[in-house]
Amino acid sequence: MNGADTLMAKAYTPGLLVTQHKKHRSVRRLPIAGEVKVVIGDLVTANDVVAETALPGDVNPINLSNQLSLPPKDVIGCMLKKEGDPIAKDEPIAQTKGIFGMMKNTIKSRFEGTVETVSPVTGQVIIRGAPLPVQVRAYMGGTVVSVREHEGCEIEADVAYVQGIFGVGGETHGKIVLACDSHDQELTPDRITDDMKNRVIIGGARMTVAAIKRAQSIGAAAIISGGLDDQDLKELLGYDLGVAITGRENLGITVIVTEGFGEIAMADRTFKILQDHAGDETSVNGATQIRAGVMRPEIIIPLASLPADQAEHKFKEGQLEVGRTLRVIRDPWFGMIGEVSGLPTEPHVLGSGSKARVLEVKFPSGETAIVPRANVELIEE
Amino acid sequence: MTQIDPEQIKVILATDCGSTTTKAILIEYVDGEYRQTQRGEAPTTVERPFADVTMGVVNSVTEIGELAGRRLVNDDGRIISPATDTEGCDIYISTSSAGGGLQMMVAGVIAEMTAASAKRAALGAGSIVMDVIAANDGRRPHDQIQRIRDLRPDMILISGGTDGGTTDKVVQIAELVAPAKPQPRFGSDYEMPIIYAGNKEAREAISNVFDEGGFDLQIVDNLRPVLERENLSPARDKIHDIFLEHVMAQAPGYDKLMSWTGAPIMPTPGAVGDILQTVARLQGINVVGVDIGGATTDVFSVFNETFNRTVSANLGMSYSISNVCAEATMANVLRWVPFDMDERELRNHVKNKMIRPTTIPQTKEALMFEQAVAREALRLAYKQHKEFATTLKGVQQQRTVGDTFSQQTGGMTIVDNMNLDLLVASGGVLSHAPRMHQTAMLLIDSFEPEGVTALAKDSIFMMPHLGVLASVHPKAAEQVFDRDCLVYLGTCVCGKGTPKPGKTCFKYQLSGDCNESGEIAGGDLKLIEMGMDDRATISITPARGIDLGAGPGKKVEREVRGGTVGLILDGRGRPLALPEERAACQKTVQGWLDALDVYAEEKEPAAV
Repeated sequence: MNGADTLMAKAYTPGLLVTQHKKHRSVRRLPIAGEVKVVIGDLVTANDVVAETALPGDVNPINLSNQLSLPPKDVIGCMLKKEGDPIAKDEPIAQTKGIFGMMKNTIKSRFEGTVETVSPVTGQVIIRGAPLPVQVRAYMGGTVVSVREHEGCEIEADVAYVQGIFGVGGETHGKIVLACDSHDQELTPDRITDDMKNRVIIGGARMTVAAIKRAQSIGAAAIISGGLDDQDLKELLGYDLGVAITGRENLGITVIVTEGFGEIAMADRTFKILQDHAGDETSVNGATQIRAGVMRPEIIIPLASLPADQAEHKFKEGQLEVGRTLRVIRDPWFGMIGEVSGLPTEPHVLGSGSKARVLEVKFPSGETAIVPRANVELIEE
Repeated sequence: MTQIDPEQIKVILATDCGSTTTKAILIEYVDGEYRQTQRGEAPTTVERPFADVTMGVVNSVTEIGELAGRRLVNDDGRIISPATDTEGCDIYISTSSAGGGLQMMVAGVIAEMTAASAKRAALGAGSIVMDVIAANDGRRPHDQIQRIRDLRPDMILISGGTDGGTTDKVVQIAELVAPAKPQPRFGSDYEMPIIYAGNKEAREAISNVFDEGGFDLQIVDNLRPVLERENLSPARDKIHDIFLEHVMAQAPGYDKLMSWTGAPIMPTPGAVGDILQTVARLQGINVVGVDIGGATTDVFSVFNETFNRTVSANLGMSYSISNVCAEATMANVLRWVPFDMDERELRNHVKNKMIRPTTIPQTKEALMFEQAVAREALRLAYKQHKEFATTLKGVQQQRTVGDTFSQQTGGMTIVDNMNLDLLVASGGVLSHAPRMHQTAMLLIDSFEPEGVTALAKDSIFMMPHLGVLASVHPKAAEQVFDRDCLVYLGTCVCGKGTPKPGKTCFKYQLSGDCNESGEIAGGDLKLIEMGMDDRATISITPARGIDLGAGPGKKVEREVRGGTVGLILDGRGRPLALPEERAACQKTVQGWLDALDVYAEEKEPAAV
């Protein structure tokens, strides 16, 4: 087998992972070198600090040449602080010599920090603020299985795992609470109660912006449901999201959509997994990045005990085969779940006039349809 | 890298290592001319688990070898060179945009002057410009520093000041960059390359600013030595050098790939720019090229031998589709759709495409909507290009009394649709449209060419390969570009001005491979069939107020070529105006689509 065969055999149809059990590793890494606070074998909970460092402080320039009305090269002679000296806010930083010692012009620092440089070319002084502490938390309960000195660690746990399709808001954690009774029930504000504070709320089909805002107001950690209207997302964020790079929104709540935009029910299997773990501690992250290095939102539920049935996976990950469960991800059957019932090899002319490789899908109703292979997503187990 | 005599090159192998696919082509000297003979492709293998770009290269080349019956890869997995009668190639060349391509930050003193020149140099070298920092960009210094800290560019280009001018402003810019300590995108152990291409009097002061460590300062000639002239080549060459030495060297397998190639590896967009410049120079024409991708749209232009490139970062057909709709507004997108669509559903549909970018339109309606979005993405990208591709700003203008009522402050766009000879399309939505009529219509509606303009598409996205080939063998590159790379769609003829609806816009007479005469009414479109090899002379007499290149109402005579679509006579005028009222707009657009048979009826396969 040559290289090409190896690659072609890995032809991949992307799918979102939804599973009752997997061994999951979470990489916890500092943005710059620092101190790792754990060792291999440590048991950690989601809230534990596993590494910390200090980022260089903010940089604030002050153009003293302008402020003192002096040529840049003369600024250094007027400095009351030299490079490396600490300085407080409103503390004098430079003073002109004045006329016969009178009418001195004093400039106070607008910033607190340390004088980093004084430029004789521009008369600009750089004040470096205090270092900014950065703490990295475990995010997921589990065991530390590897440590990279000064960089971070990896935490491993047996978990139930659900990948969403889109989210906003970053890492958080809390106990699962169900707000809907079934996977196809709309999540409306009346289903959210005050006792859901700090919880990860699970809905069914589309969640409304009113429901998200209600969850936000009671202090829920996260809210998860099958669909969301784009108009509601815009109202929630306050702007129209142009590119799917999210995770740094400051909403006070993490929002995850498991299926897509519009009126769409959560996949039944996804709902059942989340239902089975009602009351369990879970870690969620809404960060989504569709471009290079795809990142999808995730729901991680560390398992206290392994599920009894550890059946062998029937299908290989990512491979299209007859019998596999999939979701159609484009109109006219958007959101429908079915089973692969045929894999014709010849390209097919679509209604759009394009030629594309297709598959035949059988829906639970018994109806079948021809769908481009590009328009389906495997439901990975 | 051994120097090869171009005359001895008979078999050329070229690859373009894209983010997802590595595309290889074989060019051979056949019957006295260079022709592209085979193509192959394989997934790019820069990312884990493969983490070696040469695997994808070998796989795509192996495919070509099998198709050509020519062994191109030896048992050690290396490309065989030089060629014999039955195996190998005389030269192997490559471009790359894997790993997100080349990403830069540029800085200058004045946004419209030195910073704009620096941006032009970076874009021309094939880079994505992440941000432009300038003393007058409206941001406060600490905001600028924070922005520099947040970015992780591959390198930074600093310019500012003309030679002999003041030094303090450009040093001030350097003093913002140095304490921000920006981190390179790849490899924590390499120093951030800084290219200084500003006032030569400030070189020593700039060196002092960056001497603390953590930076690799490279000094080149000022890219704006005097206000009236740009000198971008030294900065562009240095960007290429650093791209190879630092950026490529960090990407998995590139050290091996670089040892295989007979010419330096180029960033993909830089190579596309080079081939368009080569062709424009050799044929003495003005060219605009566009490459619309999922995330970005690149526009290249060569007018009177002046080259410009822009990248519209968030105008694309999948990852950025939502941004196109937001920037253009949904109303502007929908004016191209001749039937009603529910806006709430459409918004959800657009977002679903954004989060699942690889899906394709299955129905005709979905295709029409997607092509409506493409028109707006292209229109906006071209508008940005026209605003950027200007004469130099800050240059004192010589004025005469005649200029009294048309004073310009400098910085006029050099993009002139009336003098545009060739418009080249590439990128999925244009190259893979089910009918080439759709590609032609998309180009005309969004670029609004005036006068007589040939339309073409890049058949299999071969322009990058030919760009790097142009650096070693311009003749071979030009021959393949004309014979195999471009698929001519035909020619568009349109007058500038506002024709009266239903009244004569222009009269025409064709002679040559096509002999026909008639007139085009204002608002009408007409398609005349002319095959790929057909040529004709067209004599056009415009109505009063309509300009086809010789002035309003003045007759012109030009050569036109046919293509897969034909000759398109466009009586809609320029700028193109659509009715504001929705129903009237739908009717008008449907009329245009019908005139060009843009969406021929296909059998609906749908449910079975």
